[in-house]
Amino acid sequence: MTGLDVEDVSYSYGTRRALDGVSFSAEAGRFTALLGPNGAGKSTLFSLMTRLLVPPSGRIVVAGHDLARAPRQALARIGVVFQQPTLDLDLSVRRSLRYFAGLHGLSGRRAETAIDAALDRLGMRERSGEQVRALNGGHRRRMEIARALIHAPAVLLLDEPTVGLDAASRQAITAHVHDLAAGGMAVLWATHLVDEIRPEDPVVVLHRGRVLVRADAAEIAGTQSLGAAFLALTGGEEAAA
Amino acid sequence: MTAWWVALRAVVIREALRFLSQRGRFLAALVRPLVWLLVFAAGFRAALGLSIVPPYQTYITYEVYIVPGLVGMIQLFNGMQSSLSLVYDQEMGSMRLLLTSPLPRWWLLFAKLLAGTLVSILQIAVFLALAWGFGIEMEPLGYLAVLPVLVLTGLMLGALGLFISSTIRQLENFAGVMNFVIFPMFFLSTALYPLWKMAESSPLLRDICAFNPFTHAVEAIRFALYLQWNGPALFWTALSFAAFLAAALWGYDPARGLTRRRAG
Repeated sequence: MTGLDVEDVSYSYGTRRALDGVSFSAEAGRFTALLGPNGAGKSTLFSLMTRLLVPPSGRIVVAGHDLARAPRQALARIGVVFQQPTLDLDLSVRRSLRYFAGLHGLSGRRAETAIDAALDRLGMRERSGEQVRALNGGHRRRMEIARALIHAPAVLLLDEPTVGLDAASRQAITAHVHDLAAGGMAVLWATHLVDEIRPEDPVVVLHRGRVLVRADAAEIAGTQSLGAAFLALTGGEEAAA
Repeated sequence: MTAWWVALRAVVIREALRFLSQRGRFLAALVRPLVWLLVFAAGFRAALGLSIVPPYQTYITYEVYIVPGLVGMIQLFNGMQSSLSLVYDQEMGSMRLLLTSPLPRWWLLFAKLLAGTLVSILQIAVFLALAWGFGIEMEPLGYLAVLPVLVLTGLMLGALGLFISSTIRQLENFAGVMNFVIFPMFFLSTALYPLWKMAESSPLLRDICAFNPFTHAVEAIRFALYLQWNGPALFWTALSFAAFLAAALWGYDPARGLTRRRAG
């Protein structure tokens, strides 16, 4: 097992149930989209998958390591891009990446090689000397994705990584991450934007803390567009409620 | 080099680079104790007579008395600020990033505390050099002897800040922390007046001061600056550090939920 497995995970904030028996998997080599409207529980799920929170029930398994039983082995195989940017604007790109490499125990030659490789994959090598503050939004996000790749994770988690970006940057980043998945990584991409999903991508539709559907995008869409199908699944219920 | 050491070094370097790139923060950290030293202490000198108490072996001016307390104040502000920035601004994101490292959480938080402490020692070095420039001198070797003590006191005050950042949600801004943590800790300590002076005005205040961990931090710093050993002060500071660190680790236990209020 090289991907990500989420098995029957629930979580509550006090009496409010944020996640209710959520199960799905993200396989190696595929771009799995976690599709849900705002407030569906995507961010809570990300906090659980990165062990900022621990689920009272259910299991999360990363590349064969149970996050509850072997958190360090599991975390070592995860790369994360959070929804909120987590950048040191005053540092150079390379300095920032060195910091992150250090957190994963990489230093010296090994760190520099890993950083160069990650920057190359995102087409960011020539910007490594620039201050992060000088980068535009799209490049900042690419840098965060490169950062998440430094320690060669098996699973890449991205929480709405295109928020606030223009259409061109959005498309470029979506394409980049599809390439990463094609390269063998398990990618879980949370979004509420259907145009970031390709017909062959597996999709997990999350709504009000529950998984509504797990299937390939083309299958969910059927004869209509994915957007219309998504609205029918989630928005329709909203309107009825 | 093991992964633990590499991570510790990375956290320390990042903190130092961030600090050096933020000139405003550096200036603010210097101006605060300098105002106390050059304005408050100068005015206060006439009002307060100090007798000879250890570690001093001769009459001292009030400026000389107040220096260790201001050194402690630098660390107190530093500890609160670096921890509270975790809660209030984008630093929360960098904390999340830090905690995705596959090293044990206690080590990561310790690294964060140590990094903050080393930054505070940089500030203190500049402050003591300026004070020296104004003729306020300590024992020459005291400047070296105080270094290990500053590591301990800085860790203690940083751990307190970390604990506060993990639990208290009511104090939603820095002013609240100033009023309810920094001011009481600073004024109810031996930073500005010796214990016997406090006792003259109120035995209760004296007892509170004697209980305050900040008092012990300041006294440990004061004695070290004069090359004297103050075992009790070091012991209480170390014990407070252990207690605050344990509390902070409890506060950042993922099963309790670091971001309970924040995750959507």
